[in-house]
Amino acid sequence: MAVSTTASGGAGRANSPTRAVVLLTGPAYVWLTIAVLLPLLAMFYFSFLTEAPIAGRVGELTLEQYREFLEHGFYTTLILRSLKLGATVAFFCFLLGFPCAYVLAKTIKGRWREALFLLVIIPFWSNALVRVFSWTMVLRGNGLLERSIDFVIPGAGSLGLMFTYPAVVIGLVHSYLPYMILTCYISLQAIDDDLIEAARSLGAKRLTILRRLILPLAMPGIVAGAVLIFVPVIGSFMEPRILGGRHGTFIGTIIEDQFTAVFNWPLGAALSFILLACVLVIFALFAPVLKRAA
Amino acid sequence: MNRYLTAASAALAIFAFTAAPSAADTIRVLNWQGYGTDEDWSLEMFEEKTGHKVEHEYFNSEQEMLTKLRTNPGTYDVVLINSAFTPQAAKEGLIVPIDTAKIPNAADLTPEMRNNPNLVIDGKTYGVAWVWGATSFAINTEKFDKAPETIEVLWSGDFADKVGWRDDAVEAVQMAAIALGQDINNPSDLDAIREKLHALKPQIRTFWTSENDWNQYMSSGEFDVAVYWSGSASRSANNFGLPVEFVVPKEGAIGWLDGLSVPKDAPNTDAAYEFINWMIDPEFYVKWDTDVGAPASANAKAMAGLPEDAFNRTVLGNSAVTSKLKFMGPIEDDMREKMLELWQETKTFYQK
Repeated sequence: MAVSTTASGGAGRANSPTRAVVLLTGPAYVWLTIAVLLPLLAMFYFSFLTEAPIAGRVGELTLEQYREFLEHGFYTTLILRSLKLGATVAFFCFLLGFPCAYVLAKTIKGRWREALFLLVIIPFWSNALVRVFSWTMVLRGNGLLERSIDFVIPGAGSLGLMFTYPAVVIGLVHSYLPYMILTCYISLQAIDDDLIEAARSLGAKRLTILRRLILPLAMPGIVAGAVLIFVPVIGSFMEPRILGGRHGTFIGTIIEDQFTAVFNWPLGAALSFILLACVLVIFALFAPVLKRAA
Repeated sequence: MNRYLTAASAALAIFAFTAAPSAADTIRVLNWQGYGTDEDWSLEMFEEKTGHKVEHEYFNSEQEMLTKLRTNPGTYDVVLINSAFTPQAAKEGLIVPIDTAKIPNAADLTPEMRNNPNLVIDGKTYGVAWVWGATSFAINTEKFDKAPETIEVLWSGDFADKVGWRDDAVEAVQMAAIALGQDINNPSDLDAIREKLHALKPQIRTFWTSENDWNQYMSSGEFDVAVYWSGSASRSANNFGLPVEFVVPKEGAIGWLDGLSVPKDAPNTDAAYEFINWMIDPEFYVKWDTDVGAPASANAKAMAGLPEDAFNRTVLGNSAVTSKLKFMGPIEDDMREKMLELWQETKTFYQK
């Protein structure tokens, strides 16, 4: 940084755009390097050690952690399970979020839009743990949901949602829905209303407009939302643990166990990087589709 | 102006006199939340007696406690360690030997507890025996006509999807080992244990992680029978009025002994000793068990001070019960890893 500023300072005004770029983006990149890359590199190094070199312990270099993964089939099972969870949550976020974003972007104007936006964003202002625990009150046996249903249809019986896979999906969809709404909203708003008018005047039906015009044009937002949701969901551990109970074991909870319950940081780190590799492979495979969409 | 100064210095002087019966320190205690050391009334009494203030930090598993000791040296003055982990903590140099001569109440400890081989290593006391108890299971008495005699009730189809379990590898393996009559610290047949734990699949409602969790699940009817700790069971019954009964089945139960230790580089060792002395004081223990509910004390005098009908005298004071306990000892690292892997594999099996 210091070098580049003096260099551009000597070159005078001609270089000032470079200088501006360095000055404006520099702090962010320095911060990212320190806050993201360094800890990540340390974890990557840990994943090749026999034990975490903390408090006077010395770890030796080894591939044992990665072999551990290959030796036990259940880690793979759990990664697949987490990937499936990520896809499911992203899909339901799209199903619920896209219509909502469409209405916000195209139908509602003015003050109502602000009010509705607030409703979308408010959950973001609350603590994630509080949100999940409030879901336990709703979903548990004889909880708010079952009592409300029983009020409408007496004797409807128990749903038994708590501590199931659907409970985890419900909690996660609620947590991540705003991402989908916001990204879809931005790309939907950018669609010129005249385009839709034109299609309509040429006799296109509503479904055709949606399928051939709006969905393709909104694809960058949908893809961005899906990626933003998919990645954190496959590593999630809090929601599955609290809402999933016995059905809440995913690769995220296993990694958390390695760090907090048994102090096996190397294995936890190795599993994290294997998961990261899986994500990268998936994105590489879908790169052509993603590129076209974006 | 002058008047204000005089008033201020007078106030300072008063403050200095009242706050200093001896050298007043603030000590940091590392423990499970709600586990005796952090009772408000006790801390007030302790501060009155010694002038020391007590702050707390909590952990949710023994491994987390060890992690905290490793990563924050010189932070804590007193740490609660399950005696099964004391040898490991001592070997790693996380805790230092205690001068029991400076802890007068230590003389009243039951000799078997005080000299437990996990606490006294090479003749040095690394942990002062504090309380002990059993890990077994508790039942909702409204769902049972009479208390079951066997641990097999956890595997009984009558309670499918109504069993509470703790997400802890060692405890899970040890409970299965008891059901199968194996050594809990070094089980001989892990495959049989794996099969036994797999058989729990239709039984387990969910995993609980804290006493608070357990009470909520039990009171909302999610659990009919759940793995639990004896001291916690008496608390659930006494404090929260839950219809709960602790069961030590004929197969036996896991016995444990908790000790109080002083971490390496503790900032206030003398105050730490005074606190440990207070923790094994009969005055503290009797009030703790009577008002709140506690595990059994390692101090014989404290146990003798309990009312005749106290849980700790009727259930744990009974030698027929104590003879069924299988005490937790240190577990070899590779055995612990095998237990964890077995448990994780089992949890994955539960998903299918």
